[in-house]
This record gives sequence, structure tokens and C-alpha cells, in this order.
Amino acid sequence: MTKNIMIVGVGGQGSLLASKLLGHLLLKEGYDVKVSEVHGMSQRGGSVVTYVRFGEKVYSPIIDKGQADFIVSFEKLEAARYLEYLKPGGRIVVNTQEIDPMPVITGAAVYPENLIAKMEATGAAVDAMDCLALAEEAGSSKAVNIVLMGRLSKYFDNISLEKWQQAIEECVPPKFLELNQKAFLLGRN
Amino acid sequence: MKQLMLGNKAFARGLYEAGCMVVSSYPGTPSTEVTEEAAKYDEIYCEWAPNEKVALEVAFGASLAGRRSFCGMKHVGLNVAADPLYTASYTGVNGGLIICVADDPGMHSSQNEQDSRHHAIASKVPMLEPSDSAEACEFAKRAYELSEEFDTPVIIKMCTRVAHSQSVVDTVDRVVPEPRPYEKNPAKYIMAPANAIKKHPLVEDRMRRLAEYAEDCPFNRVEMGDTRLGIITSSTCYQYVKEVFGDQACILKLGMVNPLPKKLILDFASKVEKLVIVEELDPIIENHCKQLGLTLSGKDLFPMEGEFSQNMIAEKLGVEVPNGSSLDEQMPGRPPVMCAGCPHRGMFYTLKQNKCTVLGDIGCYTLGSAPPLNAIDMVLCMGASLSSIHGFNKATAGQCEGKTVAVIGDSTFVHSGMTGLANIAYNQSNSTVIILDNSITGMTGHQQNPTTGYNIKGDPAGKIDLEALVRAMGISRVRVVDPYDLTACDQVIKEELAAPEPSVIISRRPCVLLKYVKAAPPLKVDCDKCIGCKSCMRLGCPAISVKNGKAVIDTTLCVGCGVCSQLCKFGALQKG
Repeated sequence: MTKNIMIVGVGGQGSLLASKLLGHLLLKEGYDVKVSEVHGMSQRGGSVVTYVRFGEKVYSPIIDKGQADFIVSFEKLEAARYLEYLKPGGRIVVNTQEIDPMPVITGAAVYPENLIAKMEATGAAVDAMDCLALAEEAGSSKAVNIVLMGRLSKYFDNISLEKWQQAIEECVPPKFLELNQKAFLLGRN
Repeated sequence: MKQLMLGNKAFARGLYEAGCMVVSSYPGTPSTEVTEEAAKYDEIYCEWAPNEKVALEVAFGASLAGRRSFCGMKHVGLNVAADPLYTASYTGVNGGLIICVADDPGMHSSQNEQDSRHHAIASKVPMLEPSDSAEACEFAKRAYELSEEFDTPVIIKMCTRVAHSQSVVDTVDRVVPEPRPYEKNPAKYIMAPANAIKKHPLVEDRMRRLAEYAEDCPFNRVEMGDTRLGIITSSTCYQYVKEVFGDQACILKLGMVNPLPKKLILDFASKVEKLVIVEELDPIIENHCKQLGLTLSGKDLFPMEGEFSQNMIAEKLGVEVPNGSSLDEQMPGRPPVMCAGCPHRGMFYTLKQNKCTVLGDIGCYTLGSAPPLNAIDMVLCMGASLSSIHGFNKATAGQCEGKTVAVIGDSTFVHSGMTGLANIAYNQSNSTVIILDNSITGMTGHQQNPTTGYNIKGDPAGKIDLEALVRAMGISRVRVVDPYDLTACDQVIKEELAAPEPSVIISRRPCVLLKYVKAAPPLKVDCDKCIGCKSCMRLGCPAISVKNGKAVIDTTLCVGCGVCSQLCKFGALQKG
């Protein structure tokens, strides 16, 4: 059975490292893996989506509506935007940080309120946390991605903490390793 | 060794393993990483060329010299390289020559959604189409054999979902074939009419032989399942079809999309009850099948535009799809924006303040068209800003030239803006051209170009002196301005628009995302001085918002460029 993890956020938040880590780990666990990214224009502060799929044999590189087992969101509004992609019974792991999109900045739209409660009201399991604060506690606001991966790791009973930590070691430059390991544990616990 | 690889990286791996010696490309999403990854192999000479036409001619020259060569580009780049392509089809090759063209269905990062298969058909060149990373690697290797066996360039067509998806690739060692000696052969290589006339029938014959080859080649395969449904498909659509049907339908997967087989298709069609063609963009396989007299479904079910997905294919073919829940309210959009501290912002703000008509071009600065700046009137294709302003000004006979400018980036200017400027200088329109020189090719992710002084590996290289070049082309009014200085920008724009001759303004400051550009401390808001007038918001900087009637600076985004502080009459935005 193919499992689907959708990573959503704002261009520049570091979702490519998150998908790299997941891909690396899941391949080592013996799964067939596909990861689909978007590069280019949409990266410039726009809404970005990365798909990670794993299982015995994976065909499509993308996740469609109603198919995601997990939505890992770097930003609250982005989680709500892609809610439709969540499988019934799926889980959202979301950073509660709010980043105003340009229509909100210019006053053409307002940032919706109570998004976490609204998402929960649809039946989605929502695990919300202030990942930015935890990343800063670990030493850098840029570690939001690894904080989120730490949180996600809680839901993978069959992959040990050591394997996650080893994957981080293999994916992150040595000088940022300690910071990222700390960020991972802060997210996980 | 099994590795997870981006499709483009796998393509580069295939080039490496097949002994490719020379790579020349122009960056373009979603093709760029093929060349960037190839450049990581020291055994391959790699370069960024000024444009796709130059790149393909470089690769052709390397092929002429008997070495395996490669040239990569996005779909619209192949329009630029079409000239050498169509005649290289006549000359054929010496060393194998592969062209990668990456289409962008859904237009994630493109100005149109053209289907590159038309170029393969029109130029009479074989085209392969991988459906994942493993095939991208494998097809690249086999394409060299095909190129040398049939004496033809070979195009490998990627698309966003193959180029930018990672899947598992099994790598092997590099094998470099013996270089083929170069031998003078005017009948083959001089495409003057007398020779070309003799070549054309050979090209037609080659296509007939390739069509024969397509009947039983390693790129096309049949996967039999339930014979009530037969699907002919290729590329990423194959993956979507497999996702929906698994082994439950018969599939003819085409890895070679030009030329298309006949017997293979007729044989497949005869074994299935219902035939469906699943292909993104234009109905090329479909029309081929219709010419074979087959009854089928294709574009009667599927759209001509946009990307497909597993759910779309399932729905169109009557398979139930999963449902997700969405919130009732509309979420505010999050379009891409110019980065905080982007040097283009100050210039676009100035153009807006001066109520200029702005003919734009292709690059990050296309984002100057977005609200709240709305500072661009037209974007067509690479280089079009300079040629179009000339036509615009000639047509309006002096009525518009005092408020019309062309804007073009440094890389795009070298790509195809220089010829437009030559026309302005030669045919003398009173046009004002702004070269937005951020010292890098920005949108595609920071590739070097002939104006940066560095090559693809980041080593020092030749550097075009833009001011000297522009003067040498016959423009005597050349100004350089710092786009962070709004007063200077305004003064230069007013003066050059008023000048009774063509002028070039170089708006120069390196892209804020470049590693060597050091950010200044974020600005601070003096809340006692800020009256919440929102003047600073007119810049459309993602680092500024107004909360509770006061400006707020996002310190994780702000790079301290200080452009906003120049708009604040109350001195509320202060250097940090």
C-alpha cells in the first residue's frame, strides 16, 4: 500500500531539505520512493508543494485530492489550502506560523481566522505546534523544516529514532548537524 | 548502486555513463538541472551558452568533431534553437548528439504550454520520452546509440513531472566510446542547396527506417491486462494510468514518440475492446491512430491544456476517485512575489510613479507585473521587450516614447536582447531601455552568464562590459544607476525619457539571494513615528505588513535594503 506525504509551505521555507530527508530515509528502509518538487517561478515566495510517496511499488509522482496520509505544512494557511488532498482519517502536522501572502499584505484579502479549529471540524486530525519558536530554540529560524520532520517521525512506529537521526546526519552539512538534531528532538517530543 | 535521483540528475547520469564529452545549454525551468548536474562530472566539458541556438550549434560542433555531445533547454528554448535543429537533421551527426527539451504542462514556470513533439515531427528527428528517472538515465544512454546508428540528432523530451520528480536509479560506470575521427565531407556537412537537395530524400528514408525501428524497439512496450480497456500513453501519463489501473488494463507505453509505430499500435488495438489515448497537451498519438483508421477516445475526454493526474484519468474513465474535505471559505492566494530586498523593486516602483508603459521580458522581474506594483504592460518571449518598444515607438511616431521603457535582465539581454538593441540603434527609435543587471540568471536558480565574469563551475571567465558593448552598438546615452536609490532612479528615468535619442539605463545591483551579497540588519519600526499611512506598502515587499495600524517588519525576511524607508515621510522606518 502506497503511503502519501504532502509537504506544503511558502517558497524559501526549506521544504526541499524535508523531502530530501524523507526520500533518503524511506529508500534506506527498503521502500520504492518517489518525490515530486516544483522549481522555478513558483518558488519565489509562492505557495509550494512537494509530494513524497513510498510503498512496495510507486507509480505516480504526485498526490491527488483525498489521497494524502499526511499533510506536513510549514504554514497554517497553506495547510488549509491543501486540506482537500487529505485522505479521510489522515493527519495534518502544521507549523502555526502565519505568513501573510501578498493579497493579505495589500489588503485585497484577509488572513482567515481559527483555521486549526476549522480544519479539525472537517474530521482531520490536526497536530499544530509553533515550529518557528522551537527552531529558534534549537538555534536557527531556518530549522523549521527539521522541527516538522521531528513531529512527523512520531507517527512512524516502524522507523526508530536512531534511523531518523542517522538520515539527518547523511543529509545535512556537518556544521549544521548539531542544530538540526536538536531541532528534530524538539519537534518530536 | 540504487539512488533516489531527480529526473534531470538521472538524465545527466545517463550522459556521463554514455561517455558524453561536451555539454552546452541555456538554463530554463524545468530543464536546468540536467546541465547543472552534468557540470559536476569533471570528465564532461560543460558550459552555459548565451542562448539555445548557440548551445545547439556548440553541441553540433562537438558532434562534428566526433565526440558525444548534449544540449539542454526548455520547450520555448527549442524555438530559438529550431534553426540549427532543422538543418542538423539534414547533416546528421558524427559523434552522437542529444537534445533535451523540457515541456511545462500546467505552466509552472513558463509563458506558454507548447507541445515540443511538433518540433520533432517537423524537423524529422527521433524523439524519446522517459516516464521516470530510471528511464531518463537509460534513454540518454540508448539515445547516443540511436543517434550514431541512424546518423541523426535525437531529442529527449522531458516534462516538469519527470524532470522534477525523484525516483530510483541504478547507476553503472562511465564508458567512453572511441572518438570518431573528423573527416571532411562537404556533401554531408555543407548544407548549400545542391547538397541539401540530395540530403532531403535521405532524411525521409531515415524516418521510414526509424518508423520500422519503432515497431520493435526497446523504448516501446505492451503490458497486457484486462482486454476490455486498452490505453496508449507515454511519459508521466503512463505513471498516472498505472496508478489507476495497475495490471487491470492493457497498456501500450510509448517511449519513442517520433516516429510512432503503426503495426505495433494496430496489433495492440486489435486485442482490446476499447481504445483510449492518454496524452498531455496536443493529440499527436491520437491523430496518428486516427490516420491508421482506429476508433478511439482521446481529446473527447481529456483536455488539451494543463497537467493530468491519476484522479483526472480515473474520473474520465469511470473509476471512482477518493474525496477530500475542503473548507467552505476561499483561501487567499499566495502568488510568487519579488523577494524582500530584490533590486528590481526600486526600479519598478520608480516606473510606476512615472506612469510609464513598460514592455517587459522573461525573468524574475516579470514579477514586477504583480500587484501592488502592476508595473509591466507586456511580456512575450526572451528579448521581445527591446524589439517591441522599437515597433511601439515607431508606430506612435513620437507620441509615446517619452513615457515608454523596455526592461530586460542581464542574461536575457545577452540571450536575445542585443539584436533588438542593434535594431534600435540602427533604425533609430527614441527608445529607452533598462537593463536590470542583477549579475546572475535569477529565475532559474542562479546560473552564471556572459555578464557575470564566472563560468558554470564558478571559475573566473570572460565578462561582457555592458556599458562598452552598448556604446559600441551605437547608443551614446548610457547611464548606470543603483535601484536601491529611489531619488537617483527617478532622476535618471526622467532625464532619459526626455532625451531626444535612444538610451540605455543599467540598473545595477546583484541579486539579494547571491551568497556573496551580505544582508544589512533588518529595519526597525519606530511606532511613535509610524502613523499607519501604508506608503511603504506600495512597494509590495513581503517583509512589510501593517498590523494594528502600524508597519511591521518581518525580521526573518528583511535584508535591510532601506528602499521602504525612502518612502516614509515620518522617518518611522529606521536602519537596524
